Amino acid sequence: MIETERVLEALSGVRDPELDQSITELGFITGVEVEGGSVSVRLRLPTYFCAANFAYLMAFDAKSAILAVPGVHEARVVLDDHFASEEINEGIGGDKEFQEAFAGQTKGGLDDLRWLFRRKGFMSRQERLLRTLLNDGSIAPDIVSVRLRDLPRSPEIDLYLERRRELGFDVSPGAPFVVDLEGRPIPAETIEEQRRFARLVGVSIEANAGLCRGLLAARYGLPDPEEVATG
Amino acid sequence: MYEKDGEKYFVVDGHMHLWDASPENQKNKYGKGFIDCFYAYHSNLSPKEYVWPYEKYCKYTEDDLMKDLFEEGYVDVAIFLPTYLMDFYKKGFNTTEQDAVLKEKYPDKFVLNSAWDPRDGEKGLEVFEAKVEKWGIKGVKLYTAEWKGDSRGYSLTDPMAYRYLEKSQELGVTNIHVHKGPTIWPMDRDSFDVHDVDHIATDFPDLTFIVEHVGLPRLEDFCWIATQEGNVWGGLAVALPFIHTRPRYFAKMIGELLYWIGADKITFASDYALWHPKWLIEKFVDFQIPEDMQSEYGQLTPDIKRKILGLNLADLYGLPVPAEVPRPKVVEVGVAEEAGATA
Repeated sequence: MIETERVLEALSGVRDPELDQSITELGFITGVEVEGGSVSVRLRLPTYFCAANFAYLMAFDAKSAILAVPGVHEARVVLDDHFASEEINEGIGGDKEFQEAFAGQTKGGLDDLRWLFRRKGFMSRQERLLRTLLNDGSIAPDIVSVRLRDLPRSPEIDLYLERRRELGFDVSPGAPFVVDLEGRPIPAETIEEQRRFARLVGVSIEANAGLCRGLLAARYGLPDPEEVATG
Repeated sequence: MYEKDGEKYFVVDGHMHLWDASPENQKNKYGKGFIDCFYAYHSNLSPKEYVWPYEKYCKYTEDDLMKDLFEEGYVDVAIFLPTYLMDFYKKGFNTTEQDAVLKEKYPDKFVLNSAWDPRDGEKGLEVFEAKVEKWGIKGVKLYTAEWKGDSRGYSLTDPMAYRYLEKSQELGVTNIHVHKGPTIWPMDRDSFDVHDVDHIATDFPDLTFIVEHVGLPRLEDFCWIATQEGNVWGGLAVALPFIHTRPRYFAKMIGELLYWIGADKITFASDYALWHPKWLIEKFVDFQIPEDMQSEYGQLTPDIKRKILGLNLADLYGLPVPAEVPRPKVVEVGVAEEAGATA
């Protein structure tokens, strides 16, 4: 028997691509049903009009994550209460690519979109980490000289390295810590400007995530987590 | 006019509506989905005492609007930004024709803007020109996510959009309010992306592009573009209501906006009836960047607030400002010239 916990654990690795947060933490999963090796999951989003492309990516990733759980041979993901529920559920059910599910309405697949937002998420995560490490004195103020081997060990840093690896960037101990959107080292002359922009990306993602949590709460009558988390 | 602690503020609300989303006017499930989505924004971000019952939110009256904006809400001039949504609502959500009724009754209280859609083709150009002549229109609202038949939206760089922009310029309709939404063609692109504004802002330097919601959820793309293009402004709808339940997020957003684009291109907007202008204005005038963030973001001064609340839009639309409202001469400096990062 497959345990619901195992399914949820697998789903916790699925991110909202725009918000760079786990769909289980965001409260998007409303139900998991297990019957033998068959797993069915229901998904909900903050609004009826959330962008269909991001919704598709989440549903697609959720299905892949469930299928990767040992013992699962069949997975079903159903998106509820969404303007494109029908096309998305049919597409995911039939293992179609986005461009097949929305035939005639796209120019290509969702890879570019996915990678664009992974890079934005990475940029903001790197800046957050950099600030923490500078503030607590664990790295030298001469940022460009810092190598990955100079970083202390922590769960945040492990996660950072995981995201960096996912993007195909150099994660060897001698690689420079701070890199740009393409994984290249940042020259000292432009590092302050790049950090300033990375901070802005972070503010944008953070505000967006806060709004989405609030909208989900308003939509489904849940307590608003943001009202306590803003202090 | 709003007055607090001896400071006077002339208030121009840069984005508001008189809509009808009642079940009788809804054409299909999308019409219901649209207003339900608005209601979630309204009820989640408003102080509890300002949350309306759902039925009233679907359709409110002229009297509600006049009272909320001008009697209680301190607004001096309000700018209508019509949003047609003819595929969702039988008579439209909020059209120029409907807004014109109030404009004719209270000519000094409202700026009547119109809208166009490149997918209306050649015929639409004529219809647009007739509206401009009839009402002396100075601005339009463009909603790129609007559905039209099988289409789920358009890009401002579409060739026909250029025809409409040329026509706008020719007719002296110089204020182009751009509103991004969740859908677009092609659907594999980020529908909220504002990079098309970058292209048209370069190609039409005599037009001013006011990006609604300061580009949210793509604040970063908006700031980047508005830093490069002098004729790209930002409207604070959606961002400003964060001031109540999420004041630290608001501090960061306004701090970033002031850093990147400066105080001269940011404009107040309630998006009424999404939010009531009274509490937005009161809280904004009382607001200060929290102390622990001031080393990064500085402070908000009454002059900055005065520009954002009304003076910027008064300049853009040529509205008379009462003499008792101070006109700050010093331009609050953004640091746009230092910004060289790439998005």
